[in-house]
Amino acid sequence: MSYLQRQLGGRTDPAQDAGWQDAPGRKGFFTDTSICIGCKACEVACKEWNAIPLDGLALSANSYDNTGDLGASTWRHVAFVEQDADRIAAARESGRRLVELGMPGVGAPAQAATQGGAPAGYGVLPAPVEDHGPSLGDMLTETRAFEDRSPEDGASHGTTVDGTPMVGALPEFRWLMASDVCKHCTHAGCLDVCPTGALFRSEHGTVVVQADICNGCGYCVGACPFGVIERRSDASTTVRGDGHVPNIGIAQKCTLCYDRLQHDQTPACAQTCPTTSIRFGDRDDMVEAARARVSQLHEQGFTEARLYGANDDDGVGGTGSVFLLLDEPEVYGLPPDPVCATSRLPEMFRTAGYAGLGMLGAAAVAFLGGRS
Amino acid sequence: MTTSAFDSYRPPDEGGRRRRRPSLRDNVSGAARSMARGSSGWLTGDGGGRREAQAVPDVEFSSYYGRSVVKPMPWKHEIPAYLFIGGVAAGSGLLGTGAAATGLDVLRRRSRLTAMAAVAVSGGLLVSDLGRPERFLNMLRTVKLTSPMSVGTWIFSGYSAFTGVTTAAELARMLPQRSSGPVGTVLRLLDAVETPAGVGQALFAAPLAAYTSVLLSDTATPLWFESRRHLPFVFVGSAALAASGVQMVLSPVAQAGPARRLALLGVASDLVAMHRLESQLEEDGVREPMETGHAGRMLRTAKALIVAGGLGTVLAGRSRAVAVVAGAALATGSALTRFAIVDAGIESAKDPKYTVEPQKARLEQRRAQGTVDDSIVTVR
Repeated sequence: MSYLQRQLGGRTDPAQDAGWQDAPGRKGFFTDTSICIGCKACEVACKEWNAIPLDGLALSANSYDNTGDLGASTWRHVAFVEQDADRIAAARESGRRLVELGMPGVGAPAQAATQGGAPAGYGVLPAPVEDHGPSLGDMLTETRAFEDRSPEDGASHGTTVDGTPMVGALPEFRWLMASDVCKHCTHAGCLDVCPTGALFRSEHGTVVVQADICNGCGYCVGACPFGVIERRSDASTTVRGDGHVPNIGIAQKCTLCYDRLQHDQTPACAQTCPTTSIRFGDRDDMVEAARARVSQLHEQGFTEARLYGANDDDGVGGTGSVFLLLDEPEVYGLPPDPVCATSRLPEMFRTAGYAGLGMLGAAAVAFLGGRS
Repeated sequence: MTTSAFDSYRPPDEGGRRRRRPSLRDNVSGAARSMARGSSGWLTGDGGGRREAQAVPDVEFSSYYGRSVVKPMPWKHEIPAYLFIGGVAAGSGLLGTGAAATGLDVLRRRSRLTAMAAVAVSGGLLVSDLGRPERFLNMLRTVKLTSPMSVGTWIFSGYSAFTGVTTAAELARMLPQRSSGPVGTVLRLLDAVETPAGVGQALFAAPLAAYTSVLLSDTATPLWFESRRHLPFVFVGSAALAASGVQMVLSPVAQAGPARRLALLGVASDLVAMHRLESQLEEDGVREPMETGHAGRMLRTAKALIVAGGLGTVLAGRSRAVAVVAGAALATGSALTRFAIVDAGIESAKDPKYTVEPQKARLEQRRAQGTVDDSIVTVR
């Protein structure tokens, strides 16, 4: 692909395309939502390090999520999704479908129903619920009864993607927690459309806003296919002693802690994450770790596990922040097929050019048509 | 506690204790979603008697508590107003240059002055919509071809410069007598550059009218992005009919012949392109925001005004009164079209279904065609 084409779409090295010489290598996050415990330490660490003002205190009644979504004053956001058994089964089914589609990196399915393969499955008893639900004794009896069955019946809980029989039924309930963040896209819609150059591509391949250049046109807000960047409103509440709220009217988002990266430090959220759900490093290593982790989960029977953003051939050329999800992306509020609108820009300008020529032609007809 | 055989049909957690919140059980059910949005009737599903029960259930996909996936543009009414007035500026510039070429003095003067006024108002609207208006000049510190707003800023700046020259030439012609000395030099200079400036104004007018469609389409806003193939034709048509409508109001009937013809061509372009745009959006499943609510009402009114204005334009050659009414109808129709499209786009960004459903559909379509390597979701 030529230099100009690479600027708008497809797989590429964004820092090099932006003109950086000897860039230090693209950095990124790998957010493994399967081990997120929803402590929100990432949100807090991010707010503290970046001195982000408060944007309201309210209970949303949406599980434990009182933050809502990513925005000007929320650069990390932990999503909480509560699901019943039907939804879990549906998530598994969609995961199995992805495997059967033969997505990239997946070879032929492993040999079916390997006898003697490691047993796989949730296999963990759900904690007894206070006051209702089955008692712990009943659950233990049920588990024992199941384990005592003959191997032929053992397949009744289905198999993993590799064909290993599963042990243990799906849980009746699960809680998905996921820490969302700016994706630092390879082809970033916000960066492409910024008319002032306030948004720029850093040497680490990340996308950063320069608050002193941004004039608050708001174009990047609508151009982000993930709904990440936002203009800070004057409704924000200060967290500083002098009562000042910085950057009102200016677009704000995660910088992947550009200031910390310049001193070889880990971003605040990744450093604080107590479960290593948020990992930080070279993007290539992150993608590799993500692939290894999704394989591991599949082997353990979590067919619903999948990666988000690890494909460099998608609509945004791959994202700097890679996620491991346990359901379809829209369940977490992520778009299922995001496209950087600028990748269609040549086509749009061409159409507009035809329309403009048509207008000139119409004007010519209007003036010359009357003379005859 | 169990006293009846029917009690077995009860949910297991009922019976004296606080009823479990439905969102605990299934946060993606319609009941929980309507509860999260604060509307009543999650228990009975009938909307609390204020609304009829839904005959068709919500389309199946799980959103995150009904929250939007993409952010709506933070643009207020200044931007649709600019789309309209910028369109008037562009069309007036074309009319002014055409009139200068064909010797229609009144049409030329009034078109050029209209263009200047519209440019001034447009500039004000654009600056006032910024989050930090005092930094508006930052747009001029860079040229960025990937940003339709940057490209548009330069188109607008170029157009404004040419419009300034042609307006100055018009004002000079209005001076009571030709002066000598430095003023005279300036006036002679203006005479010399008037024609080139008029040509420049016409050449910048077309991109000025068309670029705003790219400005909207080059975003993640579902309705605007899916409109990208037809919106430019709607916008140039709308600009042509709006500017022509304004000149039908301002200029005498004898001079406004070209404006009437341009208005009719604009009406034809607007109506045909709008029809094709609506079919396209219907296909993509994002037409609803343009049909319903405030935007839907505005768009229906706009269409009626444009059709009526077009019919009036046919008869406007005979009567100034008819011309004024038809011209005003056309201009109002254009303004309403712009407001409706911006409004519908912002609505389409607020509801996750307009983002998720078309994306899922196109993903499925690609998979059905055998393309499985371009999805953002992968396994292993």
